[in-house]
Amino acid sequence: MKKLMLGNEAVARGLYEAGCSFVSSYPGTPSTEITEYAAKYNEIYAEWAPNEKVALETAFGASLAGKRSFCGMKHVGVNVAADPLFTVAYTGVNAGLIIGVADDPGMHSSQNEQDSRHYAIASKIPMLEPSDSAESIAFVKEAFDISEKFDTPIFIKMCTRVAHSQSIIEESERVLPTAKPYEKQGEKYIMMPGNAKKRHPIVEQRTLDLIELAETAWFNRIEDGSDNTVGIITSSTSYQYVKEVFGDKYPVLKLGMINPLPVNKIKDFAKKVKNVIVVEELDGIIETHCKNIGVSVIGKEIFGNIGEFSQNLVAEKLGVDAPKGVALSENIPMRPPVMCAGCPHRGLFYTLKKNKLTVMGDIGCYTLGAVAPLAAIDTTICMGASVSSIHGFNKANDGETDGKTVAVIGDSTFMHSGVTGLINIAYNGSNSTVIILDNSITGMTGHQQNPTTGYNLKGDPCSKIDLEALCKSVGINSVRVVDPYNLDECDTVIKEELAKEEPSVIISRRPCALLKYVKHAGPIKVNTDKCIGCKSCMRIGCPAVSVINGKVKIDNTLCTGCGVCAQMCKFDVFEAVKEA
Amino acid sequence: MQTKNIMIVGVGGQGTLLASKLLGRILLSKGYDVKVSEVHGMSQRGGSVVTYVRYGDKVYSPVIDKGEADYIVSFEILEAARWVEYLKDGGTIITNTQEVNPMPVIIGACEYPQELEAKIKALGINLDAIDALSLAEQAGTSKAVNIVLMGKLSKYFDFTEEDWMTAIEQSVPPKFLELNKKAFLLGKEA
Repeated sequence: MKKLMLGNEAVARGLYEAGCSFVSSYPGTPSTEITEYAAKYNEIYAEWAPNEKVALETAFGASLAGKRSFCGMKHVGVNVAADPLFTVAYTGVNAGLIIGVADDPGMHSSQNEQDSRHYAIASKIPMLEPSDSAESIAFVKEAFDISEKFDTPIFIKMCTRVAHSQSIIEESERVLPTAKPYEKQGEKYIMMPGNAKKRHPIVEQRTLDLIELAETAWFNRIEDGSDNTVGIITSSTSYQYVKEVFGDKYPVLKLGMINPLPVNKIKDFAKKVKNVIVVEELDGIIETHCKNIGVSVIGKEIFGNIGEFSQNLVAEKLGVDAPKGVALSENIPMRPPVMCAGCPHRGLFYTLKKNKLTVMGDIGCYTLGAVAPLAAIDTTICMGASVSSIHGFNKANDGETDGKTVAVIGDSTFMHSGVTGLINIAYNGSNSTVIILDNSITGMTGHQQNPTTGYNLKGDPCSKIDLEALCKSVGINSVRVVDPYNLDECDTVIKEELAKEEPSVIISRRPCALLKYVKHAGPIKVNTDKCIGCKSCMRIGCPAVSVINGKVKIDNTLCTGCGVCAQMCKFDVFEAVKEA
Repeated sequence: MQTKNIMIVGVGGQGTLLASKLLGRILLSKGYDVKVSEVHGMSQRGGSVVTYVRYGDKVYSPVIDKGEADYIVSFEILEAARWVEYLKDGGTIITNTQEVNPMPVIIGACEYPQELEAKIKALGINLDAIDALSLAEQAGTSKAVNIVLMGKLSKYFDFTEEDWMTAIEQSVPPKFLELNKKAFLLGKEA
């Protein structure tokens, strides 16, 4: 039966059908749903690891044990997993091992636009790149076969428009692979220099063998056209844009495997057409390969390597008339994402701004603390960077910034890679204050459990990290907990901890307002007769609060009754909030 | 058949994803090739969100570009104005008249534009505006704005009421089914 399926769900379906039984991942947009959908199959054991390095090493262990395994992450997650990646490339696998990586051209939800195809080349690991949901299923199955036949881990590379688009698929039955019990093989799995030196030539030969596969495999296909003046080489979602614009006019070489790339197939394709154009998002990976093998192509000089493509962009760059709409001449105000009404981070960030602190930020919903009117964040780099960089900042300033600087990091991000930075603060002794924004969930990616929540991916209760005890055990003596809905308490504790001559941790603890189990007091009531329209309540930047015609107005569809706005008011406009 | 394009635009949290899911189901059941493209992650947090639904004999691109949309279904009038440029010449905008202030307006950095309906119509665009929020509340919950708008959109399609009701049944939890059916009919009759 035909079904509409999200690209990420299709990857999970492919895992199920290919007999995969082990998944370990770390959430990250646009990759998260692969693992969430995989966890819905009882036949697949699935877990969230604390970070991508742990996830990949775990999945490798499962492959060693003889289970077809998968590890999913977003593009920047591969940076974290890169250490095991480059060496698992040498050891190879026992049962098939897929690393699913999702790029984010256009940066819908990411801090950079890195092209993970570079990792496939650098680590000498093959990479398949589906262009819709049906291919996502087919390529996952193919990937396991390649992984086992060529004794290599393999990438499945998604991008936002493939991962988060639904297209039509047909399901088939799950087929279990043949058993592969673990056998001790020190020369293959112990990567000390003597063994690794013997493995490297095997890796190089493997790439040559994979190039042979690339020359003839079904997933690198030529689609004939009626006009041979132009031939287009493309892959992934760029293929869809090319077909949208040109249909069957020009011949297309559609590449399903992006590493290694074929040589003769490209040369033969180029011979049949007058001009070769390469259409690929981000960096010129296919283009560089073509030029290296002596095939003259046009690519990045017209397309550039920034941002997402679309059908109109491809049309315009290749000289085809694209439709143009008519815009309003009116200036349309931007609508940037904001912290939700009732978000526990709001009160905390207001306090940081009020105290005019330098704030080292991190990755999560709370990055929105950088947006006006809170505008309370100075830096956002990568997972865990807040905790490590405040240490360097304070050390380099010889203590001058100690009392004026904080790091903020979410509970999941702290588990991912913040705790190592905290160990450094204690070990190398900077007088730094770290605020853990503990909202009891991984928020930004859509509510995933993590080691601090007490539940695992399947929703079962499990061991729960005691953040206070953890911070104390690494050497932080001053650990305080505040309720971010209480502005006075936040202000007092932050001032006290910043004044101390020792490192400290403040845990700002309130569950995410969107969690289903969180009970809300309901919309706050206002007495507008008392309102003088001073707009003090609007300094917290809550989307549920506005002042219209000089009087405060609460959006009852949004307001949770957190009461932070009421604490801003000096005129008793807001009625007391009762705990839900 | 040439590919047809429907854009669903609104404010993160308004339930645009359910509307696209419902449309995808009904179009698939009619034998079309269908693609639906969504936005997840950061931009969902109260930001401007857009979902693309495309159908026809063979659909390639998952996204809709400027000047391509046959229909824009907007959950909020400012969002209708923002995406006008994506409408095809002769296309139709179905919009909720509700206004949701974006943060730059809330903090006083700019004004919410006035008389947007008239300004959109002045471009010669077929604008079908309804107060979907009131109708949703009448059906039982403000959250049913998405289904009210689907009811309105249904008038532009040849599908039977039964087709739509089947798609609604497949898209909403059973306990909210009656409420959503009511919301659909209120939108259709508006």
